[in-house]
Amino acid sequence: MYILHYRKFFYIISGALVAGSFLAILMWGIPLGIDFKGGSLLEIEYVNTRPDIQIIKSRIASLDLGNVLIQETGERGILLRAKEITEEVHQEVLVTLSDKGKEPISEKRFTSIGPVIGKELQEKALISIVLVVILIIVYIAFTFRHVSKPINSWTYGLIAVLALVHDVTIPTGVFAFLGKFSTGEVDTLFVTALLTILGLSVNDSIVVFDRIRENLRLRIGKTFEETVGISLRQTITRSINTSLTIIIVLFAIYFFGPESTKHFSLVLIIGLIVGAYSSIFIASPLLVDIAKRLKK
Amino acid sequence: MTITGYRITAALIFIFGILLGCFVFLSERPSDSFLARFPFKLGLDLSGGTHLLYKADISTLPEEDRSDSFNALRDVIERRINIFGVSEPVVQTEVHSDEAGNPEGRLIIELPGVTEINEAIQLIGATPVLEFKVETEEFEKIRAKLEQNSGTSTPIENPETLYVSTGLTGEHLTSAQIQFNTVTGEPLVVLNFNDEGKKLFAKITEDNIGKTVAIFLDGSPITTPYVREAITTGQAQIEGQFTPEYARELVGSLNAGALPIPISLLSTQTIGASLGDEAVAKGLKAGIVGLLFVSLFMVVWYRLPGFLAVVSLTFYMVLVLSLFKLIPVTLTAAGIAGFILSIGIAVDANILIFERLKEELFETKKMDEAIDNGFSRAWFSIRDANLTSILSAVILFWFGTGVIKGFALTLTIGIIVSMLSAIVVTKIFIKALGLGEKTNRIVSLMGSGFR
Repeated sequence: MYILHYRKFFYIISGALVAGSFLAILMWGIPLGIDFKGGSLLEIEYVNTRPDIQIIKSRIASLDLGNVLIQETGERGILLRAKEITEEVHQEVLVTLSDKGKEPISEKRFTSIGPVIGKELQEKALISIVLVVILIIVYIAFTFRHVSKPINSWTYGLIAVLALVHDVTIPTGVFAFLGKFSTGEVDTLFVTALLTILGLSVNDSIVVFDRIRENLRLRIGKTFEETVGISLRQTITRSINTSLTIIIVLFAIYFFGPESTKHFSLVLIIGLIVGAYSSIFIASPLLVDIAKRLKK
Repeated sequence: MTITGYRITAALIFIFGILLGCFVFLSERPSDSFLARFPFKLGLDLSGGTHLLYKADISTLPEEDRSDSFNALRDVIERRINIFGVSEPVVQTEVHSDEAGNPEGRLIIELPGVTEINEAIQLIGATPVLEFKVETEEFEKIRAKLEQNSGTSTPIENPETLYVSTGLTGEHLTSAQIQFNTVTGEPLVVLNFNDEGKKLFAKITEDNIGKTVAIFLDGSPITTPYVREAITTGQAQIEGQFTPEYARELVGSLNAGALPIPISLLSTQTIGASLGDEAVAKGLKAGIVGLLFVSLFMVVWYRLPGFLAVVSLTFYMVLVLSLFKLIPVTLTAAGIAGFILSIGIAVDANILIFERLKEELFETKKMDEAIDNGFSRAWFSIRDANLTSILSAVILFWFGTGVIKGFALTLTIGIIVSMLSAIVVTKIFIKALGLGEKTNRIVSLMGSGFR
């Protein structure tokens, strides 16, 4: 099977992607959204025409808001990010932006989150991810419990999870890059996307493992490597197609869906593509290598 | 089951699906009909509105009083919100542990449709105001009039204008308790005043024997007992045919007025209605586009079974949308994304089955046997794959705030219902075709991909 034959090559690609992602995260940091670090976000739209962004900036500078980021959105809107602000300051900002009502505005959304909540959420996010990973290892180890030769069921679980770590590291790395050079934030929805990737992308690994289990029972293939190769060839179409249908709808959400779920669908698209790749090109070949190592 | 049996079942599923489709469609049309009672329930991010999160300082409260005080706090807040006339406001309290493991109270308020939050925040954040008021002269005239044409009891409008403040407020109250009349068994509310309150209350009751004294909480009268005699003990009993529940609530409110749980704002979120409408419209569009492309892929790649999978998928969609309406599930932008995502996931079980079916067709001569084996042998990987997705959705439900909970819920419902539709419904459809003998033509119809 060519995938197994060239597996070193695929390991290198994945290794490079994961290393690059870690490097990106270390260099630029994870761009935390305001729901994780606290802060405020205000989106408004000018009813008539939007004043020049420099004018808006100088008006806002008269308020003591610390570091403020102002972005233009759409034709007449602006998006403003700052530290956490109270309701009084929020009202002041609105008055300032509308130049005391001379340039009428409509408020589209406003969020202000204190740092306490952010910390709590960060913790909860980490716990959730770790919990899902552990549950998946345990679940796979349990359903594959009758498989023992040449490797035991815990190894299947661990390898599936290794592939998952790969699948969530790469989107995080991409967002570290996007956070630095474009717009991209790691917010609650991002974590939601990661947790969804964990649940979905393990499916492909399970389909291959399930077939390996069946073929081992039917004694198909002379060596373990051959069995894995046959299983991969038998299941590769369905592995790709099951991911493909999900990626199709995700692209629909990305291109046609609301603004608030754009980044969310992007994370999922990246995660599912690398997820399908890792299930086919990394997880199953790793089974063969581990079996070989154990033999020695 | 015989082929006729499968055909009848398939026809029933068809009819049921069409009925569900009619339900989903008709219940969205504005009318006074029964069906209009089942609209989609939209979350704050789609309907527009305000989400406020407060910290309730319960560090000074003894643990046994906590739930009473929380209930009282919620009542007070609900009463204040009602002034705004918000439809379906949400007021929730919960207790968290902070980093050091100490309990920390939270108060969550959702105000759909309210985007002018300044006034709301001020009103909610104010300390509850309990006031004792006496009748104005005008009130006496009105009452005299009412007594003249006795028998026709006209409800008194705007009671606020008929009472005047006395200077006796919640600050003078040390506590309120519930007691029961030993004779009638009816509940009484007992108020205890401090020294200054004792003097004020004695004077008020002395001056107003035979009249009513009104107790106002946050500007609206909660009770207007008659004064029978001057009370100098610093303790007042309010009798008034209360139900025990109401009396308990009243005591809670009075205690809150006297000893409110201090609250402070932790986060604010406001979403304008225009943003929500846009999100709904775009979500709908994304759903339709996603469905079309997935259907196209299934029919082109999996041919006849692919077509049947699309029919089951349509059935799946109307079923899930009906469930969203009936349960009801609060839809958020993320929740809609979860539903669209579930369209892509729903056909996965079918893909696994059809691939297996094709393999089985190579092995066996009998069509029926191949179909049965295809479905039963694909089941294990479908089960394992979907269970891991449900696992992560359950954790998501725990992790998430409202928006995420919506996503987790729609995804979970989607995965469970899709397993049903992909396995049971598609199988019935395939069986109902009655493909009979395994001929080349049928094998190619059941084939897939480029071969």
